[in-house]
Amino acid sequence: MFPDEFDYYEATSVDEAIDLLAEHSGAETELLAGGHSLLPAMKSGLSSPDVLIDVGGIDDLHGVSVDGDTLVVGAMTSYSDLLDADAAHKHAPAFAAAVGQVGDEQVRNRGTIGGNLAHADPASDLPGAALASDATIVAEGPNGEREIPIDDYFFGMYATALDPGELVTRVEIPSAAGAAGAYAKKPSPSSGYAMVGIAALVETDGGTVTSARVGANGVLDHGVRLEAVEEALVGGSLDQESIEAAAAVATDGIDEAMMMSDLQASAEFRATLLEAYTKRALRATAENAAPRAAD
Amino acid sequence: MTIESVDPDDVTAADILGSAIERREDPALITGDAEYTDDIQLADMAHMSVVRSQYGHARIEDVDTSEAEAMDGVVGVYTHDDLAREDTPGEAPFNLPVGWLLPSLNDVDHPILADGKVRYQGDAIAIVVAEQRYQAADAAGAVDVSYERLDAVTDPDEALSGDARQLHADADDNVAFDWEIGDAEKTAAAFEDASHTASIELTNQLVIPNAMEPRAAVADYHPGTDELEVFMTSQNPHLHRLLMSGVIGHPEHKLRVKAPEVGGGFGSKIHHYADETLVAWCSKLLDRPVKWTATRSETYQTDALGRGHETEAEIAMDDDGDVIGLRVDTRANLGAYLSTFAPAVPTYLYGTLLSGQYDIPAIHGHVTGAFTNVPPVDAYRGAGRPEASFVVERLMNRAAHEMGMDPAEFRRRNFVPDEAFPYETQVAVVYDSGEYEKPMDEALDLLDYEDFRDRQKEAREEGRYLGVGFSCYIEACGLAPSELAGQLGAQAGLWESSLVRFHPSGTVTAFCGTSGHGQGHATTYAQIVANELGVDYDDVEIVEGDTDEIPHGMGTYGSRSAAVGGSSLVKSARKVVDKAREIAAHSLEADPDDVEFENGEFRIVGAPDRSIGIQSVAEQAYLAHDMPDDMEPGLEATSFYDPDNFVFPFGTHAAIVEVDPETGEIEFEKYVAVDDVGNQINPKIVEGQIHGGVAQGVGQALYEGAEYDDNGTLLTGSMQDYAVPKAEHVPEMDTASTVTPSPHNPLGVKGVGEAGTIAAPQAIVNAVTDALEPFGVDHIEMPMTPERVWRAVDASATADGGHDPEDGTADGGDR
Repeated sequence: MFPDEFDYYEATSVDEAIDLLAEHSGAETELLAGGHSLLPAMKSGLSSPDVLIDVGGIDDLHGVSVDGDTLVVGAMTSYSDLLDADAAHKHAPAFAAAVGQVGDEQVRNRGTIGGNLAHADPASDLPGAALASDATIVAEGPNGEREIPIDDYFFGMYATALDPGELVTRVEIPSAAGAAGAYAKKPSPSSGYAMVGIAALVETDGGTVTSARVGANGVLDHGVRLEAVEEALVGGSLDQESIEAAAAVATDGIDEAMMMSDLQASAEFRATLLEAYTKRALRATAENAAPRAAD
Repeated sequence: MTIESVDPDDVTAADILGSAIERREDPALITGDAEYTDDIQLADMAHMSVVRSQYGHARIEDVDTSEAEAMDGVVGVYTHDDLAREDTPGEAPFNLPVGWLLPSLNDVDHPILADGKVRYQGDAIAIVVAEQRYQAADAAGAVDVSYERLDAVTDPDEALSGDARQLHADADDNVAFDWEIGDAEKTAAAFEDASHTASIELTNQLVIPNAMEPRAAVADYHPGTDELEVFMTSQNPHLHRLLMSGVIGHPEHKLRVKAPEVGGGFGSKIHHYADETLVAWCSKLLDRPVKWTATRSETYQTDALGRGHETEAEIAMDDDGDVIGLRVDTRANLGAYLSTFAPAVPTYLYGTLLSGQYDIPAIHGHVTGAFTNVPPVDAYRGAGRPEASFVVERLMNRAAHEMGMDPAEFRRRNFVPDEAFPYETQVAVVYDSGEYEKPMDEALDLLDYEDFRDRQKEAREEGRYLGVGFSCYIEACGLAPSELAGQLGAQAGLWESSLVRFHPSGTVTAFCGTSGHGQGHATTYAQIVANELGVDYDDVEIVEGDTDEIPHGMGTYGSRSAAVGGSSLVKSARKVVDKAREIAAHSLEADPDDVEFENGEFRIVGAPDRSIGIQSVAEQAYLAHDMPDDMEPGLEATSFYDPDNFVFPFGTHAAIVEVDPETGEIEFEKYVAVDDVGNQINPKIVEGQIHGGVAQGVGQALYEGAEYDDNGTLLTGSMQDYAVPKAEHVPEMDTASTVTPSPHNPLGVKGVGEAGTIAAPQAIVNAVTDALEPFGVDHIEMPMTPERVWRAVDASATADGGHDPEDGTADGGDR
């Protein structure tokens, strides 16, 4: 349909974007990145900002690089550009796997990593993977730059630790070059969003799991770590039996009353899917671990 | 098994009928050169937007248009009161007519703008015309409607219960009609004599058509001549002209309805809606062109829905497993008003197909139509026939299980035998031709059925659940003849008209009253005409969809175009050849009886060197320098073709699926479609129709369903929420054909546009219940979402005291 009227500003630098945010702090203001969540919401009347500040063209916010043991992803890097970067697959296998399942080719060509994480749609594919990857969100605002650990980042439906005057400038992911990762998703047949999506990142030493991070999206109103699964995995091997045992505790610590429930899946069924897709994510992780171990 | 496309340059006129040549319309459609209604831009064109009810059921207390009228660019805002004003075009009542009357029908008023009451979310209340489309949309949002909310009802059984709020003053208890077919007493006797019976209760859910192109119209009134041109997304321009002429009171002969390229319809563009009529009314009121294009949200809220049945059905067998009786009781959801063909769909297009492919000596069907607070429900790809086939094929599965017989063999023993055709069913139709075992045999072969049952057994031992489902469907296409349709209540004839015209240069334009919207008529009709006239395919152009250019027409729906439109073209082409033969004989100085016609050449029998080509004859006919005595110049002919009967395509579809009982997920292993659509004009197009039809059937089986809350608010109002199947959701298909020509039309064709959609759902449901047989699951409602499948497994396991599927002792619930 037709969005309501809005003012449009194009920022060419991070500083300009921050200035524009400050200037329009009295109005309802949205940052426009790839626009693949915001524009449909505006067209359907769910969102009606007075001011749009387009940050998609800020050159400094594009690109994937490696800085020591950290993978640095510019906030305006498109999903496709991330997938084209070998470093992303090497250092952040779970995250790259999740990015590869966002939307379709056209969405991936336009949508951005930073836009996704700032929007914080609980059914998107990135919250679980960002949690599993122990990412750090780097944001900049009038008071300068700050780093937000991912575990402190997601608050609720479209709600994050970002302040209104801030924008995400980059995402930093500690290298997991020695780990195996995967993402398993049950997509909604209509929207393609995750009914559940599980990202797993597992490190092994001589067949024994030394560390595991497992994150889920589509389950609660924000991305969540499946800590019971992580604990069940550590110290065991990534074989069929331990995968089943770990997946069996996928819903531990998750209040079913808080689970998402909609036309496509009730909370009760989501709990079933959560267990089944945790199993699938861990199996895929185990399969990915094998070739990595052989490297 | 995909059919290879053929370049038309490699095929002669004699061989072109039945050749899989490429669709000539595709390059323009694919590159964007095709012109759709919304592409039309006229000078000084204004834009219309519609103010729609937010609620499923409400009284309108007030419509305040003052703020909207004051907005930039707004030309006018109009409500029902403005329609009725003396200084505006037309005369009250401005009701949309229904095109099919049943004796018991409550023909309720259907105003084009709400007259004090709205009955579904999306019902039109007011219209805004503005200079620009955005202005019109903004101003429509500023129209302030005060509602008094009323209780809504969306379920037909609840609507009919006597406890629901009545929608229309003159439809007591929301009954739209009460209709029956077959012999109730004879059927009751059959059930008394039966040694076995089986029954089923099922819902055939409401689905939203989702044509790729939304509905749209551009109207252009010419005050100097009082001519009103309407370009619109129409499957049947002549019918829309007639109906619109009546609604807005504009003479039919001064109204031109033209369908530019139309991007799909699936039935949703057959019906006559308020919106297109209002565009025409506005153009006449304002003396300027006006355009309206539905948004996708409006498409979801206002396009006529399909299906919507609640059914109980039973089947009776004798000791040997022969079906001896079948009875069905259905409550059909008709929505808030009667759409154009709505009364025919759950009655004559449904009840008449309840015999399926089977020789059943006693059948009774009873259907009650219900008014509810959802959009009007009407024909959607298949229209009544998918609902019938779904009931029959689900029952046949239950019955086979009851008899302890293989579902394929049980069907086979009950098929109408080849020698029984033409076969008169117990539900008022005569099947023209059929060889029902052939597609079944081919399907079993493609499935490797014997091997499958072994694999199924082994898989179950490993905890994997495979299932096979059959659908031996029958459909009736090309509704006919007109006399019968009239007796049954149709307010229109069911013939088709065409004009075949040679030009002096020898090229040909053929006009046909059908109106293609994706079917490939430009290709297939040209194949027919080129073949009849013996001219190059490239020398034939097809024109459809314009009431000023085409003699008359009934449009494209119900898989009628090949059987009725195609036959009409044959008839016209043969008249042209007859006239050309006389001219040729005159020129060859021979008796016309001694002149034969082959491959475009007239020859004297026995003197083959004396000949003249039909294209030269055409030139002579227009020069008219030397014509036979009393013969008019020119070479063209018009026909009206009224078929003797329906055509009855049939086939067997079968699906093999694997179901994961843990997550309820369904994977296709194989989908086999063996269809007998009679002779094929273009096998590539036949294959494409089957692919598309099956995709739509897969949609209904697994993904699609219009959901409303108790207030009649649509919950699945966008593609984010309503799952139209995508490529990844559609199985690879093994397609094959058998050919049993129709004996009563000159092409021997039947119809293929709806076959896949009719056949697929029950094949898939039967496959899923077969897979879950060890769990005692014998029915799952569509769409079979993972959650529904998972719950069915869970519920059956609980009902049976948590039985173990591996012990193989599951009993079949209410089978």
